[in-house]
Amino acid sequence: MIALVIRRLLQSLAVMLVVSLLAFVMFRYAGDPVNQMVGAETTAAERQAVRESLGLDQPTLVQFARYVGRVVTLDFGVSYQFRQPVTKLLAERLSATLELSFVAALISLFAGIVLGVYSALNPRGRISSLLQSVSLVGVSLPTFLIGILLIYIFSVSLGWLPAFGRNGLIPVTENWSTGLLTIEGWKSLFLPAITLGLFQMTLIMRLVRSEMLEVLRTDFIKFGVARGLPRARLYFRHALKNTLVPVITVVGLQIGSIIAFSIITETVFQWPGMGLLFLQAVQNVDIPIISTYLLLIALLFVTVNLIVDLIYNFIDPRLKDAAS
Amino acid sequence: MSETILSVENLRVEFETRRGTLVALDDISFSIAKGEVLGVVGESGAGKSMTGAAIMHLIPRPGRIAGGRILLGDQRIDNLDRTGIEAIRGRRIGMIFQDPLTSLNPLMTVGDHLTETIRVHLPLNRRQARARAIELLEEVGIPDPAVRIDSYPHEFSGGQRQRVVIALALCAEPELVIADEPTTALDVSVQAQIIKLIRKLCSTRGTAFMLITHDMGMIAETADRVAVMYAGKVAEIGKVSQVVGAPLHPYAQGLMGAIPSLDNEEPRLRQIPGSMPSLTALPDGCSFHPRCERAMDICRQRAPALLGAIDHKVACHLYEREEVAA
Ligand SMILES: Nc1ncnc2c1ncn2[C@@H]1O[C@H](COP(=O)(O)OP(=O)(O)O)[C@@H](O)[C@H]1O
Ligand code: SF4
Ligand SMILES: [Mg+2]
Repeated sequence: MIALVIRRLLQSLAVMLVVSLLAFVMFRYAGDPVNQMVGAETTAAERQAVRESLGLDQPTLVQFARYVGRVVTLDFGVSYQFRQPVTKLLAERLSATLELSFVAALISLFAGIVLGVYSALNPRGRISSLLQSVSLVGVSLPTFLIGILLIYIFSVSLGWLPAFGRNGLIPVTENWSTGLLTIEGWKSLFLPAITLGLFQMTLIMRLVRSEMLEVLRTDFIKFGVARGLPRARLYFRHALKNTLVPVITVVGLQIGSIIAFSIITETVFQWPGMGLLFLQAVQNVDIPIISTYLLLIALLFVTVNLIVDLIYNFIDPRLKDAAS
Repeated sequence: MSETILSVENLRVEFETRRGTLVALDDISFSIAKGEVLGVVGESGAGKSMTGAAIMHLIPRPGRIAGGRILLGDQRIDNLDRTGIEAIRGRRIGMIFQDPLTSLNPLMTVGDHLTETIRVHLPLNRRQARARAIELLEEVGIPDPAVRIDSYPHEFSGGQRQRVVIALALCAEPELVIADEPTTALDVSVQAQIIKLIRKLCSTRGTAFMLITHDMGMIAETADRVAVMYAGKVAEIGKVSQVVGAPLHPYAQGLMGAIPSLDNEEPRLRQIPGSMPSLTALPDGCSFHPRCERAMDICRQRAPALLGAIDHKVACHLYEREEVAA
């Protein structure tokens, strides 16, 4: 098990190194960083001085090594637009994106599993077939449309929830303000979280449903029935656990994409998260922010992957043995 | 004959389909006594598994019991509701399926399987259930059971897994175990061990077995009596010495026909020309007549009844005539 953890860690590290290289290339060669930093009236000598002070005259490999060194110490350079350290800008926005993604993931996971299990246990029921057709809509509608639809219903028509923005914040640390402690905060979080989680929810629901139907057909369930085990035990102890093994992988990857795809939701709801910052950066060719966002998302996927892998190995004893 | 544990009387199982009503089991009757092994043989599709499923209320949709009775001791069990049959399953009738590889939950240890099943049926605490589980594993011949109990199914060989499956079926000391082709998926050498185990359990515990199999050798070695099934009916039923040694029904004769070339060869399933009709196209009269060398006119018109002495019955017009003549 420990060997496996180490092996996976090394693999993750390798992936991150490759992504850093990409980020570095983008950072260094997409436009001239010096031009972005100095004014138009700066002389050539002054430019050269800046160039040298930034180490841009060094060999590429040395520059890359320095870049990695700075990344490790969380120094991602200065935003061209805001003239502020990228680290600070992202840190301010991190809480918004993480809270949104976390709540969206929880909603989609919980609702997806509950509804999926329900429709697997009542495959012929009317509610199940309704869920199946509604989920088809959920999968095929684009996120921004769902967001606009929800805003139209719950903000414009009913006036129950705010249409945009992040309110009711309570500062926790210097950079972290949470909206999870006030009703106001939850109200403004609700629509974006639903919008962001809906696709994943329908995906998880359909996956859980089909996996569980499959498991319910297996011999060990039949043998469980023949041994006189109570239904509830068979469904929720035997079948659900086996259903969740393949579901975990997908769900793990979905959590990564929830954060990555929060860009669209953040835009629709003017949610002050990293996605919104990234989009502005793209419009203004703010390379330090773009490359840092890239790194961050990669780190996220790699971490989630790592965790999923380890959980998977923990749950399924067959894999544990195969690995050792 | 000693105390009867299970008796099936004129059991009929039907499937409503778009093409009409299919009769999967037609007028099946047999009984099993305490500690007895009843072998059930017949070609694939004869209705062997369906008979076991009917007893346990495990008939797949849209099938249903359309007639007859099933008695466990003197309790009627074919008309029980769900809670009623759940109290019987595992507790009074155990069941074993063909494939030990897929019969166990891959994510649970063997011990979890056993203690769970024991505690569903018996008022034992966790520790007592575990002790009992170790005893059971010992009894079915798992070496070092106190250690092996915490292993997962994939850590056992196929034969050992089938032993575990048997232990699971025995958790609550059922009076009857229905074993549906328990050795078909196993190596020949392992098959013999499982057969020995079943025999041992019969003699030491008095557990009765309904042993469904293709394997005539297994029947000859293990069973006390045997029922030969064909197209959803019992063709012949009686003591192994009679049905295997001197079968009456032409189909049974075909099945038992020993392969003459090798010495000491056990009687094996021999290919009978033609194949069993599907339920959608059952011929009139005796359903075996298209393949029967001795078929007569009456065979094409009227189905023969299962007749004869209490301990040896056959459904064939050849013998009905003899009886009428006698
Ligand atoms: N779900 C079903 N619908 C219709 N017919 C079925 C179904 N399941 C089994 N049967 C039929 O019941 C008959 C008996 O099957 P089975 O008891 O499995 O045979 P076997 O003797 O090989 O165990 C077969 O003819 C099969 O086609
Ligand atoms: S009843 Fe007729 S067809 Fe059927 S087995 Fe006997 S002789 Fe053959
Ligand atoms: Mg069968």
